[in-house]
Amino acid sequence: MNPTMLNSLKLSAANVRKMALEAVYNAKSGHPGGALSSADILTYLYKVEMNANPNNSKDPDRDRFVLSKGHASAGLYAVLAECGYIPKEDIKTFRKADSYLQGHPDMKGINGVDMSTGSLGQGLSAACGMALAGKYDKKDYRVFALLGDGECEEGQIWEAAMFAAHYKLDNLCAFLDFNGLQIDGDITQVMNPTPFDKKFEAFGWNVVVIDGHSFEEIETALASAKAAKGKPTIIIANTTKGKCVSFMENQASWHGAAPNDEQYVQAVSELDEYIKSLGGAI
Amino acid sequence: MYTIGEKKATREAYGAALAEFGSDERIVVLDADLSPATKTGTFKKEHPERFFNCGIAEGNMMTIAAGMSTCGKIPFASSFAMFAAGRAFEQIRNSIGYPKLNVKIGATHAGISVGEDGATHQCLEDIGLMRTIPNMVILNPADCNEARLAVKAAIDHYGPVYLRFGRLAVPTIFGEDYRFEIGKGVQLADGKDVTIIATGLMVSYALEAKTVLEEQGISARVINIHTIKPIDRDIIVKAAKETGAIVTAEEHNIIGGLGSAVAEVLCEECPVPMMRVGTRDEFGRSGVPAKLFEIYGLDTKTIVEKAKEAIAKK
Repeated sequence: MNPTMLNSLKLSAANVRKMALEAVYNAKSGHPGGALSSADILTYLYKVEMNANPNNSKDPDRDRFVLSKGHASAGLYAVLAECGYIPKEDIKTFRKADSYLQGHPDMKGINGVDMSTGSLGQGLSAACGMALAGKYDKKDYRVFALLGDGECEEGQIWEAAMFAAHYKLDNLCAFLDFNGLQIDGDITQVMNPTPFDKKFEAFGWNVVVIDGHSFEEIETALASAKAAKGKPTIIIANTTKGKCVSFMENQASWHGAAPNDEQYVQAVSELDEYIKSLGGAI
Repeated sequence: MYTIGEKKATREAYGAALAEFGSDERIVVLDADLSPATKTGTFKKEHPERFFNCGIAEGNMMTIAAGMSTCGKIPFASSFAMFAAGRAFEQIRNSIGYPKLNVKIGATHAGISVGEDGATHQCLEDIGLMRTIPNMVILNPADCNEARLAVKAAIDHYGPVYLRFGRLAVPTIFGEDYRFEIGKGVQLADGKDVTIIATGLMVSYALEAKTVLEEQGISARVINIHTIKPIDRDIIVKAAKETGAIVTAEEHNIIGGLGSAVAEVLCEECPVPMMRVGTRDEFGRSGVPAKLFEIYGLDTKTIVEKAKEAIAKK
């Protein structure tokens, strides 16, 4: 990846993180931890990888994205705003009664949302349905999904994993946001769903393990997904919950809590420093 | 078409209708390892390329159907009512009902007439469960001709539809001229003393009850409510005003089903004495269907008794 592109992706992801925090702060509720851990993946998908257009978001030939871990909605909405699907000024209406930006993604009311999600374990199945339809219709579109690591404690994820391999859905690529933390703490302490790599491999998937904050590794993993024929791909992305905000990093308590005024100011100033270091405008 | 008097299970008509109308390329059929029982196998024979077995994983199947529908497909997702409406309730609620997706749920083996398999497979709650989901249309055909028309109507209606079919062979009661429209009840016989509002296989018992009542000098109107939701309020209110007493009959718990839906309409618009025929908040058991109908009071005799009780309360 050339340095200009890398820098521009880093800047976009930083802005996405800022907007995700703006959303949660103004709503006084939401899920910042997982939005921050998955921001780089979402940014790369929408900015680079996906064949999708904000002005033609229902194009039957477009690539699809399903946020299976629907509680990371603030991150998804921030990316949609960053990429022109929704106005940036709407971000601060997140979760408010007069807003279309529902607490969890609502495909009926939000441009660019391909599936309503929020109830964990279902998004991967929906993505499988889209991929199967694409196979049947002999279309070239690809389907992406983002799973949570705690979400993999839901049995339906493994039903979908079986299904995707059975129907050889090589047009399906799922990311696993492996930040290691869920509401009640360390995922291995709550109900250990690991090892993810061996499990998905045993289910018949192409497995790629990466640093989920490295755009170069995301790029390479997606190329591997495209090249894998006859099986779906899972990209297990090692991430840091709360990434880029010092006091949120690796803290399960930031799974579903909003920053107060003081914390918000600090979080924004940390991100602004980072944006300045990349040569960006704040 | 099925001939009047011919006995056949509505699930047979479901499979046949899928095959018949399945030339529409948008239709895909999903099953959870029950295709010989749900009769989706009939569709599979005609259109194998659009039949997808999901294995024994009903929750996944419902959400797969949801995903396919976002790509322009009209999925019919089939299983027994217990595992469709019951096990996969939350998938239906969140992935189909909430986004108002164009998924049809073909639920067979509904009610106590499943028989020998017993309580675990006798779904008596599905209408109640599905009725609580906004955007859901619920169709419960009484015979094979109606089942065929219900499948066609479900294809033509954009949005989620729950179709309820039975395992047991039931007599064909509707002929060639029968018209089916979602949300419109059908008056099958007029009467002035009481109205029997029935759904599904209880409709034929309701017609028998009318004859029995007539012999005893009681004039009963009979209405078939094939669409439990949206319910035909007008036909119910008119019946209440004109006959002054109502009996509902359904192969379902009296809690949450047709009886509840009719009671809601009557309470709000025209309260009159009303009695409900259905299972009375209890689980089923193994046995031949005829014996179970007798034990649980899902028969002509019970409808007649309840009709008289309702009239006595006027």
